[in-house]
Amino acid sequence: MSTPTSSRVAVALRARELGIVLALVALVVVTAVVNPLFLSGQSLRDLVLAAAILVVMAAGQTVVVITRNIDLSVGSVLGLSAYAVGSLLEAAPGTPVVVAVLVGIVIGGALGLVNGALVRFGNVPALVVTLGTLYVFRGVAFLWAGGQQINADELPGGFLAFGTATVLGVPWLIVIAAVVVIVTGYVLRNHRSGRELYAMGSDPAAARLAGIPVGRRTLAAFAVSGACAGLAGVLFAARFGTVDAAAGTGYELNVVAAVVVGGVAVFGGSGTAYGAAIGALLLTTIGSALPVLGIDQFWQQAIVGALILLAIGTDRAVAARVAARLRKESSRV
Amino acid sequence: MDQVPLLAVASVAKSFGAVAAVRDVSFPLHAGEIHALVGENGAGKSTIVKMLAGVHRPDTGRILLDGRPLELASPADAISEGIAVIYQEPTLFPDLSVAENIVMGRQPRRSLGRVDHRAASRLAADLFVRLGVAIDPGRPARGLSIADQQIVEIAKALSREARVIVMDEPTAALSGVEVERLFAVARSLRDGGAALLFISHRFEEITALCDRVTIMRDGRHVSTDPLDAIGVDEIVRRMVGRPLDTLFPKREVPVGDVVLEVEGLSRAGVFRDVSFQVRAGEIVALAGLVGAGRSEVVQAVFGVDPRDGGTVRVGGTVLRAGSPRAAMAAGIALVPEDRRQQGLVLEASIERNATSTRWRSLARFGLLVGGAERRSAAEWTARLQTKYARLDDPVARLSGGNQQKVVLAKWLSTAPRVLIVDEPTRGIDVGTKAEVHRLLSDLATDGVAIVMVSSELPEVLGMADRVLVMREGHLVAEIARSDANEESVMRAATGQVAA
Repeated sequence: MSTPTSSRVAVALRARELGIVLALVALVVVTAVVNPLFLSGQSLRDLVLAAAILVVMAAGQTVVVITRNIDLSVGSVLGLSAYAVGSLLEAAPGTPVVVAVLVGIVIGGALGLVNGALVRFGNVPALVVTLGTLYVFRGVAFLWAGGQQINADELPGGFLAFGTATVLGVPWLIVIAAVVVIVTGYVLRNHRSGRELYAMGSDPAAARLAGIPVGRRTLAAFAVSGACAGLAGVLFAARFGTVDAAAGTGYELNVVAAVVVGGVAVFGGSGTAYGAAIGALLLTTIGSALPVLGIDQFWQQAIVGALILLAIGTDRAVAARVAARLRKESSRV
Repeated sequence: MDQVPLLAVASVAKSFGAVAAVRDVSFPLHAGEIHALVGENGAGKSTIVKMLAGVHRPDTGRILLDGRPLELASPADAISEGIAVIYQEPTLFPDLSVAENIVMGRQPRRSLGRVDHRAASRLAADLFVRLGVAIDPGRPARGLSIADQQIVEIAKALSREARVIVMDEPTAALSGVEVERLFAVARSLRDGGAALLFISHRFEEITALCDRVTIMRDGRHVSTDPLDAIGVDEIVRRMVGRPLDTLFPKREVPVGDVVLEVEGLSRAGVFRDVSFQVRAGEIVALAGLVGAGRSEVVQAVFGVDPRDGGTVRVGGTVLRAGSPRAAMAAGIALVPEDRRQQGLVLEASIERNATSTRWRSLARFGLLVGGAERRSAAEWTARLQTKYARLDDPVARLSGGNQQKVVLAKWLSTAPRVLIVDEPTRGIDVGTKAEVHRLLSDLATDGVAIVMVSSELPEVLGMADRVLVMREGHLVAEIARSDANEESVMRAATGQVAA
């Protein structure tokens, strides 16, 4: 049964992601016109590589935001995971890369579980809980590192190679980011547990009455976000080769910005991991396009801020129009 | 009846802290019957509903399904036992499609556990055909009317093959046509062998729909009888536990001068060219179907909602548009329709709520000190016989009727010349209803001009000196008390021409 309403609504919903894609394309085209080198293979590759870490974290953050929560601790989780994996590799250079990656994911997942447990059992808003753990996790990292830095020459070559190695010409970092986004997006869209996350964000009280295991799903959502940040920590260490306790400081705001610009509703219930990934890509592109365009770097933050406001404004406008039309449709019945 | 009932509530009791909400209640629910559960607010009906829904667990006693004791530890347990609860305010997910709302938690799946979105859509479409309604399964639930949301809830219950369906005041926000549609669906469910528990404050609905009635009072079971063996008067008497002197204590009051004068009030797409006058000592009812624009008109009069044209005069002086502060200064008070959202700050104390209209006049040097709030709140809550434990308890802790009294206290303490009440007795019990009506009568006697928006015809007919009827944004009829009856008002409200 595909009536005009459903298709038009579908279009309106899809338009959210379409809008960001268009913005991204426009930015790339304009920049390429100014400087054709921007479209060279190497430059595009650098761009996507730079975005990969943000994309991974944005996918995890999407899962949390969809449930009407937020995870501000991701930057600190990245730092802790990166430092832990760096220390492990420094101490045991023979550790296979896969094990290093898994260790990062497990550490991140465990820290995410701490967030989830505090939200679930403490009955405290996620904003407050993760603001707290942002500082706590960062503090633990500083305590552990004690001002020490792990440098590239202390890390095994195999691990550093992983940061630049490719499969079929595509860097590992990009492959991993793509897999994370696709799997997250797919589970959210096509799995019962994923649909239940949307339901929880759409109306938490109704979700409880519908028999959805809200507590378990909350724990899982934060664990996923943490695991993604943990994975991002490993990617960070491999890509930059230098890790100290301050790694990833301030990333949480970039991640939240990417998710919001990517069309994930801050009050939960709608949005996709794909949108968030495109949002992350867009923010990174802005960062590298501005110098090419000869625009002062100082403008970057203002532009990102404007984009967030625009994304939210568009959201509200679309929602208001859809609501008005739906009301009309139902009053006609 | 000797057969084992489909569902039996057996000696259940439930306390919250020191308050016993339900004490030793038992009643059977048979397949193929619609069973009314009535009682004043606070009688324990909602607690029974929540126990059936798996939200609360009984302290003692059991719930039996086919004679088998149930252990309902969570809403999921109740759902899987085939018990569906439809709440007064439907619990849908606004961002998700209607189809998805119906199948949530039981989505049809393809290989690898993937949700089959198409099958879900078909399932929903089939259910709507079965229910005889036209709702697009692909649209989001956001924006559905309350009536349609309830239909979706019923479709959800059907999809789970629920055998016990509990409806908690489903008709509170429905118009006449929508109520009829809901009743048709309820009857077909009954005829299909389901057991329905129907909770309502409206006796005409209970007599029209139900087969048996269970009455509760103060958490206790009073009686369970076939409806044709017991009259409405008897039901009311048992609910209240004392004869109700009169539900509508309307007094004849000499009317004075025109106090409120509304002329040509319009708002694009909502209402047009609405004019009326209200005199001191008069109670004027604004009747009509839900969505006719009544609440919007009074909100525009008070200045909460914008208006495109027209004037409002209070005592001859033109009121500035769009300024509730000006309206209050001119002596208008508006008791809104939705007390929880618009009338109260639920988390704030009774005291704060009851005095929130007068902080300016209670304050000294701009500060609320010296217990001025407390004295004022104590005075007004006492006058309205509000029941509460402590004045600094959050108002959310009060029952619906007592919450409404706090809203009334808040506005009456401003000594208004014009009192606008929007659905003043929605969702409050019979005893408190009568108190509110008596209060309105007293105020009219004191010369206050009263505008009452109400969807309850008995209330309109019982209380109003004049009935103004709205339909689709227009004022279509003015009916004097002597000519007002159910037929004349409903005719005007639905637009049927007199036969």
